[in-house]
Amino acid sequence: MTLTPTAPAGPAPGASVRAALATGARPPAPGSLSTSLTFAWRALLKIRHVPEQLSDVIAVPIIFTLMFTYLFGGALDGSPRAYLQFLLPGTLVMAVLLATVYTGVNLNTDLGKGVFDRFRALPIWRPAPIAGALIGDALRYLLACALVLALGLLLGFRPHGGALGVLLAVALVVVFALALSWVFTLLGLLLRSPNAIMSVAMVVLFPLTLASNILVEPDTMPGWLHTVVDANPVTHLVTTARAAMAGSATAGQITAVLLASAVIAAVFAPLTVRLYNAK
Amino acid sequence: MNSYSDFAVETIGLTKVFGATRAVDGIDLSVPSGLVYGFLGPNGAGKTTTLRMLATLLRPDGGSARVLGHDVVAQADAVRARVGLTGQFASVDEDLTGAENLVLLGRLLGHSSRHARLRAVELLDAFDLADSAGRQVKTYSGGMRRRLDLAASIVVTPELIFLDEPTTGLDPHSRNQVWDIIRTLAWEGTTVLLTTQYLEEADQLAARIAVIDRGTLIAEGTPGELKTSTGRGALQVRLHNPDQRAEAARTLSRVLELPVHLDLDPAQLTTPGADPERATLALAELTRAGLPVATFALGQPSLDEVFLALTGHPTQEEAA
Repeated sequence: MTLTPTAPAGPAPGASVRAALATGARPPAPGSLSTSLTFAWRALLKIRHVPEQLSDVIAVPIIFTLMFTYLFGGALDGSPRAYLQFLLPGTLVMAVLLATVYTGVNLNTDLGKGVFDRFRALPIWRPAPIAGALIGDALRYLLACALVLALGLLLGFRPHGGALGVLLAVALVVVFALALSWVFTLLGLLLRSPNAIMSVAMVVLFPLTLASNILVEPDTMPGWLHTVVDANPVTHLVTTARAAMAGSATAGQITAVLLASAVIAAVFAPLTVRLYNAK
Repeated sequence: MNSYSDFAVETIGLTKVFGATRAVDGIDLSVPSGLVYGFLGPNGAGKTTTLRMLATLLRPDGGSARVLGHDVVAQADAVRARVGLTGQFASVDEDLTGAENLVLLGRLLGHSSRHARLRAVELLDAFDLADSAGRQVKTYSGGMRRRLDLAASIVVTPELIFLDEPTTGLDPHSRNQVWDIIRTLAWEGTTVLLTTQYLEEADQLAARIAVIDRGTLIAEGTPGELKTSTGRGALQVRLHNPDQRAEAARTLSRVLELPVHLDLDPAQLTTPGADPERATLALAELTRAGLPVATFALGQPSLDEVFLALTGHPTQEEAA
């Protein structure tokens, strides 16, 4: 060898860096759950440092609940308070589903950054960054639910199904939202920019949420639209959430929501993971 | 596997194609363990692509590569468990603090929360970042980011560390700090594989250099070997009498058949690219003509000159 490394005798980093290198023994590799939870912790840290990212989760539920209650309440049900009884489970679903797009936006933003190269060069369970992000998203969905419910109760919404019924409705909405999130993780991997995801998301989410029974029952709709609304899984989710909050959800309804969630996840999760691994 | 044991990295016909571009076009490399090895080449030469394949971030389209004895495709996790990576753009999370970044990596590598925090404190101290530990990385200077990036790569001491253009964009002081860290890594036995487009950096740090241009390996060896391979340095002559400089310049130019530069020092002349044999003749000719020489030096060619000689174009051509 012609070149011996210059002895790092004097300069500041030498000794302490050498000491740090000497103590850097490798611990046993962590499991996939522990790794996913670490990524969920990262999502929470990011919320703490960049709380603005919660603005959609906070503003949208409040705006939608207030707006629809007072815009349509008098016309549709005689009074805002009467309409709220019907509407609230629907705005809950709408608020959470609209928040799913950020799963894709965040993933896409992350992928463009150097730190993801580092994650991908680590000996960890490959989909852990995505799984961890979804756990973080579940917390955002719960926050949206809590806001809608608190506002609803304040405005006079009374769930006859009690706390248990409400919790069941929230659980179903979050499960469905997590399944739908995989659609956006896939878009997050496929599309070039966060803006592109937002554009595509609007095209997907507006029909999905508006062509449903969130705002009105489909009875007065033309036949073709009635068919569309009935086929929309969001309609079944809203019907079940309403029933749960009213204390009348059936096992069949619950199973249907879980099945729809499972089908969506079963299609989009493997596609996402495969595309992510191939990147 | 025995044939691989002496080498930290060995590639055979490594190839990566992007569309119609052969970004890496059949590179054969053997990187010995325990030293700093430099990939030198201009922007777009294929250095980063090669590094990303070795770090298991890109799948090769042809050929094979082994890192520390493990195939980068079939045994990617074994490779990942032994290497550290510092990418071209800061591979740390800008929204998190310096400390959080290191704790995050410690946790992902398997440390308990407590140990991950202790390790983070130790590294922040070692890399002179303790005062900024609680600040978001987006507020860091370029040099601080790079140091955090390097610290993040040794949360667990790697056997081999990949550094993609570790000093690009740094001021000279920060660059020297990073150079010191890289030398320390190698000193402690970690193989360092770095890419650079700075010839000076390769010359300063690397024990061996692979010169890469347009996806192919065009030369490989120690900096000294690469310099002697072109065989021409600059002949620098200092005269006793500055008044004789014009005449000496004519003599040198005639014998060496090269243009002669007049240096700022009024007694000094430099002739780049001088052939050593002709240089001795030229010195004798000066003496014979009564133009006494005070000192002379035949320098090695700079790596810039070597690069130009090897590729036929200067290093920054493709960057322009």
